[in-house]
Amino acid sequence: MAALLLIASTFSVAYIIDRGPWITSVRVAPEQPIEFSHKHHVKDDGIDCRYCHTSVETSGYAGIPPTETCMTCHSQIWSNATVTAPIRESWASGKSIEWTRVHDLPDFVYFNHSIHINKGIGCSTCHGQVNEMSLTYKVNTLNMNWCLNCHREPERFIRPKSEVFNIDYQYPPDQMELGKKLVAEYHVHSLTDCVTCHR
Amino acid sequence: MANTENYIPTVEVVDPGPDRILGPGHDYETVTKRIAGVAYQPFKNSPKKWLVGAFISFVFVNIFMVAVSYLFLRGVGIWGINIPVAWGFAIINFVWWIGIGHAGTLISAILFLLKQDWRQSISRFSEAMTLFAVACAGMFPILHLGRPWLAYWLIPYPNSMWLWPQPRSPLEWDVFAVSTYATTSVVFWYVGLIPDLAAMRDAAPHLWQKRAYAILALGWRNSAIHWHRYQKAYLLLAGLATPLVLSVHTIVSFDFAIAQLPGWHTTIFPPYFVAGAVYSGFAMVLTLMIPLRRWYNMKDLVTLRHIDAASKLMLGVGLIVAYGYGMEAFFSWYSGDKYESFMYWNRITGPYGWSYAMLISCNIVIPQALWFERVRHNIVAVWLISIVINIGMWLERFVIVVTSLHRDFLPSSWGKYVGTQWDWATYAGTIGFFMLLIFLFVRTLPSISIFELREVVHHDKQLEPLVEETI
Amino acid sequence: MKDSVNHNSPFIPIESLLEPPRKRVTDLQELREKLASGNGPQFWRTLEEAAESEELHEYIEQEFPGLSGQIPQGVDRRSLLKVMGASLALAGAAACTKQPKELIVPYVRQPENIIPGMPLFYATAMPLHGYARGLLVESHLNRPTKVEGNPDHPASLGSTGIFEQGSILNLYDPDRSQTVLREGRISTYSEFTGLFSTAAQGITERKGEGLAILTGVTTSPTLISQMQALSTSNPAVKWYVHEPSVNPAMASAARKIAGKNAFVSYDLSKADVIVSLDADFLTNGPASVVYSKQFSARRAVEGGNKRNRYYAIECTQTVGGSIADHRFPVKSSQIAVVAYQLAKALGVNAPDAPGAAAPSWLNAVVQDLQGAKGRSVVIPGEFQPESVHLAAHAINAALGNIGQTVILYEGVEPEGTHSTEELVSDLNNGHVETLIILGPNPVYSAASTLNFKDAIRKARLVVRLGQMFDETSLFSHWHIPEAHYLETWSDSRAFDGTITIQQPLIEPLYGGKSAHEILSILIGKPDQTSHDAVKSYWQTQYKAADFQTFWQRSLHDGWVNVPKSGILNPSGSIALPVLPAADANAVEIVFRPDPTIGDGTWSNNGWLQELPKPQTKMTWDNVVLVSPKDAQAQHIAGADLVEVTVDGRTIKGPAWIAPGLPEGSFTITFGYGRSGSGRVGNEIGYNAYSIQNAAMPYVTTGTAKGTGVHYRIANTQETQTMAGRAPVRAADIAEFSEHPNFPTNEEEFKPLTQEENEYKPWPYTGYKWGMTIDLNVCTGCSACIIACQSENNIAVVGKDQVARGRHMHWIRVDRYYHGNLDNPEVYNQPIPCMHCEQAPCEVVCPVAATVHSNEGINEMVYNRCVGTRYCSNNCPYKVRRFNFYLFSDWNTQSLYGMRNPDVTVRSRGVMEKCSYCIQRIQENKIKTEKEGRTIRDGEVLTACQQVCPTNAITFGNLNDKKSKVAQLQALQRNYNLLDDLNTRPRTTYLGYVRNPNEALKG
Repeated sequence: MAALLLIASTFSVAYIIDRGPWITSVRVAPEQPIEFSHKHHVKDDGIDCRYCHTSVETSGYAGIPPTETCMTCHSQIWSNATVTAPIRESWASGKSIEWTRVHDLPDFVYFNHSIHINKGIGCSTCHGQVNEMSLTYKVNTLNMNWCLNCHREPERFIRPKSEVFNIDYQYPPDQMELGKKLVAEYHVHSLTDCVTCHR
Repeated sequence: MANTENYIPTVEVVDPGPDRILGPGHDYETVTKRIAGVAYQPFKNSPKKWLVGAFISFVFVNIFMVAVSYLFLRGVGIWGINIPVAWGFAIINFVWWIGIGHAGTLISAILFLLKQDWRQSISRFSEAMTLFAVACAGMFPILHLGRPWLAYWLIPYPNSMWLWPQPRSPLEWDVFAVSTYATTSVVFWYVGLIPDLAAMRDAAPHLWQKRAYAILALGWRNSAIHWHRYQKAYLLLAGLATPLVLSVHTIVSFDFAIAQLPGWHTTIFPPYFVAGAVYSGFAMVLTLMIPLRRWYNMKDLVTLRHIDAASKLMLGVGLIVAYGYGMEAFFSWYSGDKYESFMYWNRITGPYGWSYAMLISCNIVIPQALWFERVRHNIVAVWLISIVINIGMWLERFVIVVTSLHRDFLPSSWGKYVGTQWDWATYAGTIGFFMLLIFLFVRTLPSISIFELREVVHHDKQLEPLVEETI
Repeated sequence: MKDSVNHNSPFIPIESLLEPPRKRVTDLQELREKLASGNGPQFWRTLEEAAESEELHEYIEQEFPGLSGQIPQGVDRRSLLKVMGASLALAGAAACTKQPKELIVPYVRQPENIIPGMPLFYATAMPLHGYARGLLVESHLNRPTKVEGNPDHPASLGSTGIFEQGSILNLYDPDRSQTVLREGRISTYSEFTGLFSTAAQGITERKGEGLAILTGVTTSPTLISQMQALSTSNPAVKWYVHEPSVNPAMASAARKIAGKNAFVSYDLSKADVIVSLDADFLTNGPASVVYSKQFSARRAVEGGNKRNRYYAIECTQTVGGSIADHRFPVKSSQIAVVAYQLAKALGVNAPDAPGAAAPSWLNAVVQDLQGAKGRSVVIPGEFQPESVHLAAHAINAALGNIGQTVILYEGVEPEGTHSTEELVSDLNNGHVETLIILGPNPVYSAASTLNFKDAIRKARLVVRLGQMFDETSLFSHWHIPEAHYLETWSDSRAFDGTITIQQPLIEPLYGGKSAHEILSILIGKPDQTSHDAVKSYWQTQYKAADFQTFWQRSLHDGWVNVPKSGILNPSGSIALPVLPAADANAVEIVFRPDPTIGDGTWSNNGWLQELPKPQTKMTWDNVVLVSPKDAQAQHIAGADLVEVTVDGRTIKGPAWIAPGLPEGSFTITFGYGRSGSGRVGNEIGYNAYSIQNAAMPYVTTGTAKGTGVHYRIANTQETQTMAGRAPVRAADIAEFSEHPNFPTNEEEFKPLTQEENEYKPWPYTGYKWGMTIDLNVCTGCSACIIACQSENNIAVVGKDQVARGRHMHWIRVDRYYHGNLDNPEVYNQPIPCMHCEQAPCEVVCPVAATVHSNEGINEMVYNRCVGTRYCSNNCPYKVRRFNFYLFSDWNTQSLYGMRNPDVTVRSRGVMEKCSYCIQRIQENKIKTEKEGRTIRDGEVLTACQQVCPTNAITFGNLNDKKSKVAQLQALQRNYNLLDDLNTRPRTTYLGYVRNPNEALKG
């Protein structure tokens, strides 16, 4: 009996560690060169995702804004704040700001932002309510089973294309019906072939 | 202060010849003393041969360690494998060891069920041998992987990838077949050991030995109810182990039979793999038993009777194997399949023809000598033949793996295979590991079932009066 | 004067390179002796020896600090790798730890046309022996990663050969010279320009007296104009050209024919009968890709095309010869004789050919040619003497082919250049004070009779522009790193005169310079960049106001919209020279550029080294081709070392028994036996130049005898015959018209019926990818292999591993011989993954690392593979490749930029194989899905398909019945490889159809 308990507890501990923040770093905000707040920029200032992540609709990479983009505002406002000093340094020195990746997939995973955006998968579906994050962290494990959740049943997570960039989007109660409709409308194939992501 | 002197043989050691399984003049005590004495002996009294043997095996174990470390460091490229021959020594050795690992369970389980009394004095030992062989075999499938650190992916467990092993692959079946066989054998062996461990505990000359054996004996008290349950459990386990003897090598043979390679893709594999396994198993038992009974002067416990019986069994199984070879050849011709017939022709005349010739002579021609009683009763001859068969069975796997792979379907991709020094080091290393375990086993545990021999004594005691009357 | 050291001049003679200021003379003496001693600059080797002699080593350290960096390491990159492998394995052991921290480094100012993740394609051209191959080069974040042909370029038509594909690796080669070296010491370009421009002034004052410029063959208008500018200011300057693998006889013959510089080209699309006189027109020469396209188009047997007939009269088997309808082995030295006999038979007034009577088959060929007046062509061999070229022209003229199948373009090469021989004599006579070498490597690649090494020492100042610090740089006062063609601006012309402006895709990685920049200094414009040089030249050419648009369009299209070369119509016949009497039975030694290494330029290119050479399938070595008869007579076994001797000079090379090679003829190839190549190309093979005779550069008499010593070769195909399994199915055109389904006609090849196949076919609703390979046009040129290697980040494994049967190519080209050993039929068969419908590999993988996709692709998932290698055992086509070690080079930084970011770089212990270029499929699927449509036929090209010069490979969606691949697979000529195994391959083959001359049957 005790042995069984021991085994059981070992496995559950292993499970907790494996799926917990220490391994998956879910809800852990890594240190960044600048204490950049999505909350401030998105919620308070109401800047659209695509203002900075310009290539999200066209390319596999959403795109991290060049210093130039920051400077469009921060040459005018907060232009002396210590918090934005690194931007000005980068702009002056021509040396890039080195951000730490928050959503980091293994190198053998080929994720493409644009196709998800174009098929009605909203930013917040994967990235969560970034407009509520003063420091950016990831809300999902990005484990393979998490991806498969949607790749097997897209209707559970798909939303109208018009709502893709609406971070506060709430799934309607009849999501399953709507989802099925949209899946058909957008020709969404639930792609579970290995080569969809691994090449 | 206990003395071990009274454990040296008290009865004169005589080989009672081919019709008795126990030397004359034995009573319950002498049997116990004689068997337990070997284990009780203080280290300094170990026979020189034991020390030398154990040391040599230990050296080979270290060679194995080096080979494996280097393997993990550099990758399987250190071996001779290539494309097309992507399987080499690792698989050959795996199958060879698994085969050897058959004798024990067969002897203990099947012969037990068949009430073969002569099995008693060799069963314990061959069970141990089985375990050690399976231990060696078990290592190879992991060493053989390109990324051994991911071997656990072959075990079905819930994971964050939502992926399971691929159940159609024979390699996946192996995982279960081999692990089941290993567990069952361990349990079977240990259960059989318990009464003897108790006996050892009771007679141990030193306190620490007493304690050690006491722990292992799991509180066995020789009470009738113990014996009652013991008999039941042993019978059940024997029943459970028997089908495994057949299943394990059947499934191992699927590794080849399921593939579509000419020379692999044949339905005859399961039976003739099992036969081959038993064949090599018995060969190994004799290869080890004969020297040991000499060193430990047990001619009266392991008698000519045992050797004779084992030889006959080898001869019989060997003929089944021979039949397998014959059928392979026949089908390659009868099937009319151009790949099959080329494969067999290539096996005989191709670059690896030598291995096939050796295989036939080792496994079929030479063992025929066992037809003659004179040979069967000549211990040395039997010992040599058993070694020849071990070599032959290894060659069988070599022929199956290499000659089938190196020339398959498209001539353009044909190649050759040569084992590197690392292949040999790994192979020799496992032999060393195996031997070391054997040596440690005979020095620490009763290598012959004490209580079963006592049964024999009991049996004889009842027979003797009758014998006198008839004279 | 020229012997004494002029202390005012900043330059000192070569000898002082070896003068150690603070060192005992003994060392110097020792070193000088070693250098002086015989074959090849032994500098590297000396240094390696020096490693033993401690003090000599330290001497190098303090005397040549710059050089020590250049010394090839004793330990090669691969063995370093394996140590890497170790650490990696351990990393893997801890696989379940969390991911390491990763940085994102965005631009500070993002260029507008650059979107991370979206590759850009730039049009440019690669000058190959001076002539342009138009290219489109893929660039990821300004890193060129893949070379493709430019469909709009007349010399490419969308395809390339092997060298264009391989060139990308040269760009990132870590062994490239990275610094300006002055007498072996690290220097700077500014120092060079400073000193050199003063020198240049001095030279100009002396009207260019003693100034010699050595280049390879060039067609660059800018360069030529710069040279003109130079010769106006320095009338005495002499321009020499050294191009070992281009036969000057071609140009001279063309000049004789046309009366001026000309290029003889052929239009094979009009040719019904083709006769080659030892010509390798499908892989050699500026127009080879075009010829391949035209030639293969005319080999089509369906669609009412009149299939051409090709007679190959040749010595060494060429790529083209391997698919000839008739191949007649003739000793290289006897080709001229045959040519004359052919000419006479066709009524050309030719002097009597000495020796042998006309061969029996000649008549049939003559008949055929006469039957195809104006629709036939006779192509002389690139390495044949002038006489053969003239004879061929005379024949073509007699057949009225000129203007039809033979087109003479005005030459685009500069007039009035001089040969290497002249340079050597000028050097020896002390006429050359300043020698400027722009590219070529004569110290290595000049014929040994010229003894270039001694000649070059006579020059007072040698300036070398080169990509490698090689043999020649070693004998130069100044070594300037040369920019790769993808790093610099230039321009070049195609065979038909089409001009391409070469635009760079990347800043010079190591500050390399171009020939334009060096010449600019001489012209007195030290700070003129290549860009300025090229652009300013074109401003002089295109004076219209809209120059900028013209410039942009030229760059965008990859060719300049100005008139091509004019077409010449020479009248009057040329008298054919009398052939020198030659002993037809004398043993001849044939010299050829190596099929994959060329003249040695490519010897440090691992891809090309490991690319199995067409026909021989050799890698990492050059062999001595021996005819079966000679092998028999002299008891030479394959891979035995053969000793080849030409007037006293000897090389040793491994024998390769070459079926179809005429008796008494031995072929050796250039490009190996190098000491200044780099870590990849050093000290492998023999150096054919070391026995080459400048007077008879490409064929000469000599002796060859086996030594009986075995040599370890790395060959990728052990068995040369089909062993009665008919992987390639061929028929004569007659049989074909009788049984259009000949590949599956015979009982044993009949495809299985649905009843025989127990499994229900899977219904593919979306795409259903498939491939078809037309064996009728595959020449075995192997461009597909190297294109695949470049596209899919395939690792180089090195000679030892290839010899162990562990090469990694995803697509291989099998070559089978059939029939008569002395003149066999040759069959080439490219084998990628078959993507079987019922794939044997899939069922046996215990971890489901290889599975079938919804589009019928056999997926290989590296990151799931544990490496049981069971799949490879069960693959009847053996197309799977395994990473026995960590083969991918993970520790050479410079190679990172080269890799295709859309393909995983494989690690140790995983299986890999052809993926049908899945990354390209996915890219296009995503693109089209966003546009709300499906992929059009021909939108996704696999790398092998795109590069193939003969369009042998077709890939597409089988569910689209109108797609090309679907239509091809519907042909009766279509068959599955090993169909009897019921694997149902997605990759199928089209049977091979020969078009023999009935008169030559039997």
